[in-house]
Amino acid sequence: MIGLAGAGLLACAEKPAAQRQVTGADPARGLALIKAEGCGACHRIPGVTWPKGAVGGALDDLPRQALIAGRFPNRPGVLIAWLRDAPAMAPDTAMPASGLTDAQARDIAAYLYASDAN
Amino acid sequence: MRPMPTETPPASESFKGWPPPALDPAGPFAAPLNSLTWGLLAMSAAVLAIVVIALALALFAPRAWRRRLGAERLVWIAGIALPVVVLSALLVWGLSLTHRLSEPPRPGELRIRVTGEMWWWRVAYLEASGAEAFQDANEIHIPVGRPVALELESTDVIHSLWIPRLNGKLDMIPGRRNILRIQADQPGEYGAQCAEFCGGPHALMALVVVAHAPGDFETWKARQAAPAVASPVHAAGKAVFERAGCGACHAIRGTNANGLAGPDLTHVGARRILGAGVLPNNQGTLAGWIGDSQAIKPGNRMPAYPVLTGKELRDVSAYLESLK
Repeated sequence: MIGLAGAGLLACAEKPAAQRQVTGADPARGLALIKAEGCGACHRIPGVTWPKGAVGGALDDLPRQALIAGRFPNRPGVLIAWLRDAPAMAPDTAMPASGLTDAQARDIAAYLYASDAN
Repeated sequence: MRPMPTETPPASESFKGWPPPALDPAGPFAAPLNSLTWGLLAMSAAVLAIVVIALALALFAPRAWRRRLGAERLVWIAGIALPVVVLSALLVWGLSLTHRLSEPPRPGELRIRVTGEMWWWRVAYLEASGAEAFQDANEIHIPVGRPVALELESTDVIHSLWIPRLNGKLDMIPGRRNILRIQADQPGEYGAQCAEFCGGPHALMALVVVAHAPGDFETWKARQAAPAVASPVHAAGKAVFERAGCGACHAIRGTNANGLAGPDLTHVGARRILGAGVLPNNQGTLAGWIGDSQAIKPGNRMPAYPVLTGKELRDVSAYLESLK
């Protein structure tokens, strides 16, 4: 029991980025989607050379960021929901509902979480 | 829900790949130029080979050969007669291939006026009389299998329209009207680029030619000619458009917006690309463009609008995206 709790503590002390992984998604497809959607119109994104938009936040540090849009915990499920329909979570946001499917949003999330490794 | 994002990349991407678009003609006006390119290349290669062989003979061949090479007869034949015959034949061939490319518009021919502006393309579809039917921007729509006369003009500096798969490049010069004829044999999209440096964001001044099956072209044209119809759902976005003064530079036919400085936005949501080929066109990229187009295309003539709230930006971009 104590051992288990210890393991749990240890897990907490590890980089939170370890949890920020999206299983069964394809980061390469995510990058292709990011380019096809033109996410660079608002965001600076690693791997997107142009444009580097300045309306929304830069996404270089997303894997290390504590919060998404300054208010939601940075977890895969939350990020995927945000990518699909941001206004449903934050009615004041400028980011429109994307119309992406769940699989597409998962691919993009996988890329954004993996992108600091690039 | 919006359909899957298309594979259509921003216009600049269409210049990549193999074969290079300039050597991959897609219509009867580009094909002769391609033949001419390869013909000239073959000709130059043959001349180079002959010269190199003659040089090698002059340096290393036995004395008898070298004497023959220096004979007066050879100079007359290979040095004067041959170039005159070959170059004249080449000139006649070149002119016969290209003389049709710049004839003035013929009666009944489809006419489109393309005006180069810093740093986008104003595209006006003309009636047979020469009167303007309607305006669009950064895309040229044509029916397949039919020659189209593009009347090239400029209002500021010299631009150059280059649609490599459909024709060579031709300058757009203030005060002049140059005719560039194009025809596409297959439906599809053909990238184009400004090919004459025209200031700051010149490299971000692209265009796409969309070739439709003839019936589809008529449908497209009828829809474009009609005024904008906005659903009441987008009333908030329309109000933002009016309040922010967008109509001072942009026209939306069927509304009070009648500005002439920027692109006509009557059917902006139907376009494939945004910002003259910088971005795919959807609600998100429209929002990013309106919010801060200067970050996307530095130096372009539209100011950033940091005064709009997130909600306003979303509303106005949804409104524009709905104008199909």
